[in-house]
Amino acid sequence: MQSTGRGSVVDVALQGTGLSTAAQLDRVRVLQRLRLGDVAFRHLTRAAAATVLIILGGIIVSLVWGSLPALRAFGVSFLYEEVWNPVTEKFGAIAPIYGTIVTSLIAMLIAVPVGLFIALFLTELCPMWLRRPIGIAIELLAGIPSIIYGIWGLFVFAPFLQQHVQPFLIAVFGEIPILSTLFAGPPYGIGVFTAGLILAIMVLPFITSISRDVFEAVPPVLKEAAYGLGCTTWEVARYVVLPYTRVGVIGGVMLGLGRALGETMAVTFVIGNAHRISGSLLAPGTTISATIANEFTEAVGDLYTSALIALGLILFVITFIVLAIARLLLLRLNARVGA
Amino acid sequence: MDKSLYASRRRRNGITMALAYAATGFGLSWLVLILAVLLWEGFSGLSLSVFTEMTPPPGSAGGLLNPIVGSLVMTIIAVLIGTPLGIMAGTYMAEYGRYDKLTTVVRFINDILLSAPSIVVGLFVYEVMVAQMGHFSGWAGAVSLAVIVIPVVVRTTEDMLTLVPDTLREAAASIGLPRSLMIQRVAYRAARAGMITGVLLAVARISGETAPLLFTALNNQFWSLNLNAPVSSLPVVIFQFALSPYRDWQKLAWTGALIITLAVLFLSIVARILTAQRKTS
Repeated sequence: MQSTGRGSVVDVALQGTGLSTAAQLDRVRVLQRLRLGDVAFRHLTRAAAATVLIILGGIIVSLVWGSLPALRAFGVSFLYEEVWNPVTEKFGAIAPIYGTIVTSLIAMLIAVPVGLFIALFLTELCPMWLRRPIGIAIELLAGIPSIIYGIWGLFVFAPFLQQHVQPFLIAVFGEIPILSTLFAGPPYGIGVFTAGLILAIMVLPFITSISRDVFEAVPPVLKEAAYGLGCTTWEVARYVVLPYTRVGVIGGVMLGLGRALGETMAVTFVIGNAHRISGSLLAPGTTISATIANEFTEAVGDLYTSALIALGLILFVITFIVLAIARLLLLRLNARVGA
Repeated sequence: MDKSLYASRRRRNGITMALAYAATGFGLSWLVLILAVLLWEGFSGLSLSVFTEMTPPPGSAGGLLNPIVGSLVMTIIAVLIGTPLGIMAGTYMAEYGRYDKLTTVVRFINDILLSAPSIVVGLFVYEVMVAQMGHFSGWAGAVSLAVIVIPVVVRTTEDMLTLVPDTLREAAASIGLPRSLMIQRVAYRAARAGMITGVLLAVARISGETAPLLFTALNNQFWSLNLNAPVSSLPVVIFQFALSPYRDWQKLAWTGALIITLAVLFLSIVARILTAQRKTS
């Protein structure tokens, strides 16, 4: 069926036709037109498939091209300088890079355990009739656009944190050496911590749904054997399900991480846009994507624009690597399931 | 036997199972909280004038007509560009080149583009279109949305066509149908519900996209359908209005957020119903 050789159906049909009557000539014409259409369609679809690669190539080339002025001006120091001064045209990317990584880490620290536990609930504990509704609800959470999380975070979540959660954190951790620095300072409401929490809510559905899918793929006989030995539900999850699905779970986590790293609007609303690295998680900061979103349209001068595009390039490289690892892990999993 | 070991195992199980319940409650409560606030804030500002009046200057009443229309127009163009391309690419991957190297590579890259940061897409289109043309434009906004549509459609089209049983294709080939016609008349028809779902999901995805529009379509305070000029869009207006100090603008931002969310939820529910029908039939 999938042979790609030249001996198509049309060729076979053409062979039996002598060129004698008008009807037969007509038949040849129709068949030839069909064959042309066939070839054209094949090439059209092939070109469309190649477009996907062209888009990726275009993104890489345009980002590299756009960031050349900045990279030429600052060299490698762009990666570790903290100063970000549009007036003197001195730019360094470490503050946004730091913000991106720290907010994503906070998000993963919360979303991974919660997501795994929800997946465990959905596959082991939840009554059958409830599985679908809860699964759909969690996926709806993934469908809400990020700007909605942003506006909600700014008007509802950040004030709540400022009034109720952050003073509490400051008071509780104030005496403990390392934690007192992490949770120091006035409760602004907006800041790195809040951005991390919003990201956690946003990536939770991705981690949950992939974990649930791979948990469901565990052969029942493995779980039943463990239950038969007298394992508790937790022991089955911990010693049978999790080891069996490790690759897939890590793939899902990496996918969530890729989302968290690149998330723009929700973070832009609540991070506070301060180009500095602060020891305290409660202080305002910035991320790569928030910096671009906030400053790009107002950037005057080629060097400023170029520095922002260079930030975009860094972001793309980081997320590309993370997402590529995620996909490779999930591919490996599929290969194993298929085998 | 060891009673305390048994008790501690039971205790540990009890704790972790309680955690699983708590985690699910935690995850679901965010959905409830966000939707509740959104409905509360959004509905109080919802009125007919939202759909009939332009975005106001600070301090006066107005509506969201120009951003709603701008979003609709750019979404439609993005779908018109992205869907045929995506379906074609998906067709190649599932029909002609199912075992090709090209397909493997495209699938891998496509999956990465599917979750690549959308702001990078905005930068790409800015470099390719805005910087070349010298001004922001609705076309650039539509193209950047199309770049986001393509991977979604490619993915669903390929998945759905792969699910079509080969016996259908063989039957079509055996009655002498050329391959292209077999794909168009038989495979597409069998996979239609799933492919439409893919397009709906893509529309849902781009209807809330803000980041790629910020510096492609920019924004426009006035009524304009000129796609060669900046075009207003709902997400960008929400972004601008929500961060403004004016109470009226913030109110409109909430209303806009409600409209987008309802549209996205509606699209996802329709998509879900379509796939559910396919499964039962």
